[in-house]
Amino acid sequence: MSDIVLDVQNLRVEFPTRKGVLTAVDDISLQIRRGEILGMVGESGAGKSMTGMSILGLLEPPGRIAAGTIHLSGDRIDDLDDRAMQAVRGRRIGAIFQDPLTSLNPLFRVGDQLVETIRLHTDLDKAAARERAKDLMREVGIPAVEERIDSYPHQFSGGMRQRIVIALALCAEPELIVADEPTTALDVSIQAQITALLKRLCRERGTAVMLVTHDMGVIAETADRVAVMYAGRLAEIGSVDDLVRRPRHPYTTGLMGSIPSLRKDVEELQMIPGSMPRLNAIPAGCAFNPRCAHAGPRCRADVPRIAREETTGAACWLAQTGSVDTAPLTQGEIA
Amino acid sequence: MSLRSNAILEVDALERRFDVSAPWLNRLIEGKPRKTLRAVDGVDFVIQRGQTLALVGESGCGKSTIAKLVTGLHAPSGGNIKFHGDRDRLQMIFQDPFASLNPRWRVGRIIAEPLRTLKPDTPEAEVSARVDELLRTVGLAPADGRKFPHEFSGGQRQRISIARALAGEPEFLVCDEPTSALDVSVQAQVLNLMKRLQKEMGLTYLFISHDLSVVRHMADVIAVMYLGRIVEIQPTRDLFANPLHPYTRLLLDTIPDIEAPQRDRSPMGGEVPSPVSPPSGCSFHPRCPLAFDRCKAERPQRSPDVHNRRVACFAAEKGPADV
Repeated sequence: MSDIVLDVQNLRVEFPTRKGVLTAVDDISLQIRRGEILGMVGESGAGKSMTGMSILGLLEPPGRIAAGTIHLSGDRIDDLDDRAMQAVRGRRIGAIFQDPLTSLNPLFRVGDQLVETIRLHTDLDKAAARERAKDLMREVGIPAVEERIDSYPHQFSGGMRQRIVIALALCAEPELIVADEPTTALDVSIQAQITALLKRLCRERGTAVMLVTHDMGVIAETADRVAVMYAGRLAEIGSVDDLVRRPRHPYTTGLMGSIPSLRKDVEELQMIPGSMPRLNAIPAGCAFNPRCAHAGPRCRADVPRIAREETTGAACWLAQTGSVDTAPLTQGEIA
Repeated sequence: MSLRSNAILEVDALERRFDVSAPWLNRLIEGKPRKTLRAVDGVDFVIQRGQTLALVGESGCGKSTIAKLVTGLHAPSGGNIKFHGDRDRLQMIFQDPFASLNPRWRVGRIIAEPLRTLKPDTPEAEVSARVDELLRTVGLAPADGRKFPHEFSGGQRQRISIARALAGEPEFLVCDEPTSALDVSVQAQVLNLMKRLQKEMGLTYLFISHDLSVVRHMADVIAVMYLGRIVEIQPTRDLFANPLHPYTRLLLDTIPDIEAPQRDRSPMGGEVPSPVSPPSGCSFHPRCPLAFDRCKAERPQRSPDVHNRRVACFAAEKGPADV
């Protein structure tokens, strides 16, 4: 279909180390459509940032894409060389990172940084690029643009800096924006301003957004669909409403229950016992089985997967088959 | 008054100023004036024994400075703090479990330190028995005492911090953002542990956090801070049911709520002003939808109502009809 902007198929990211190969992202498939915000949620080390980085072509060596494909509006981008990828990044995929101070060059005025980025990706002349920079700054809600355009990054507050970073990401009108923890460094009132801005831009421009965050609250308010990651794998994917109200994977259920409620009084928060396994000690079968209250023999033997073409699903034998103790089917029987 | 008699901590007109002036030579040559940052600007509250009072607010509102004033890491510039308890039995848990544990010490030694400092006569056998017991209390194994902090995850390290704080048999714990560095499922483990310990040992907490949902879960009384002042203080249930100060209301409207997905909220405009040059009158007036002339000229005092239920706002004083 033509309105699929990002199409990730069976992505696998590996880190070869002296002690063996670590799989940071294990067989992830997902799609984002025009104007859609997909939230990627998971705890530290779940592989959500790694997925974002591999889409941006910014994996730190020795990390590498070991299998799978990434298509951007039909064009394959995971096998491009550095030079070709550089042309895609910025122009067709915008990036917003957590810390706005490190995303901006402290030695250059913000206006010059915007003009440089605009001129790199379009053929506007200097004066036209400056006008466009002002328009962008207005669009992301920076007051008194005429005075602020020649300020340095340190003269802006954290929230304003993040707005500049968003303006930078928008310079070339990208099809996709990868936003990695864009509001984590900000206070709640500023966080709300930034997520509202992202939502508005996505709606108005039809940009697809991958929103990577650990904050389920931000996802619930901003995203249309959510992908929950656990130990490098996709645990569950579906609409925000489904995941929040009817989570099917026991990990998602546990995650939701562990967030203190703003409405209900609970004496004790729901806990998931233990912690996420390290990448070098992922258990056989379902990676969540040692912490799962429902785990059965099948969970310890077979890895549950979400079928590639599904837009909603949980990688859980109980959710998929209603049972965890039946003898596993062979590959032939499934087909 | 029974409220007073059971108080463990009374903070009265507490102030802390920091000198943030340019160096002497610059002031002389460039004619720059002295600058003072009022991090804490006239704060008072009372904490009852066995309860949890939470300070909540955005960065720079002075909540962490209060933690340091209460624990004695900073000296107050004005006002006073009365602690009706044993000073030795006041301990602190910090935000960053990576920075607050000595990386070169084994965990057993870290936990034993308060014990060895406060009760130097304790025999070694008793110290190590106590360390084992503390490790079990916080859900770790006695064998973990021989490991170094880097061998633990963030949540486990925060448990070690809690075990260390408990070693001195405290009655009062100051917790400065104890779970902000942790993932939610780990946060739930630590919060449950803290609640259980409070019940079992009758601990009193001064709990500092920016996260309203965490604060709602933990606190009996909540004080909302803005630019060095408490704008509103109420029992938790009342604060959420009936927030009085416009800032509290905006804060409650602003926080993402997973129980109301895809809500279109109207974010609060503007930003927290610099505490070096706070706005005149009520420091919230430039962002306040209810502000009127008096708010720009006069600083609202917290209405001297019943203890722990007060608001500093002229609009709220005018009555609910106008609000």
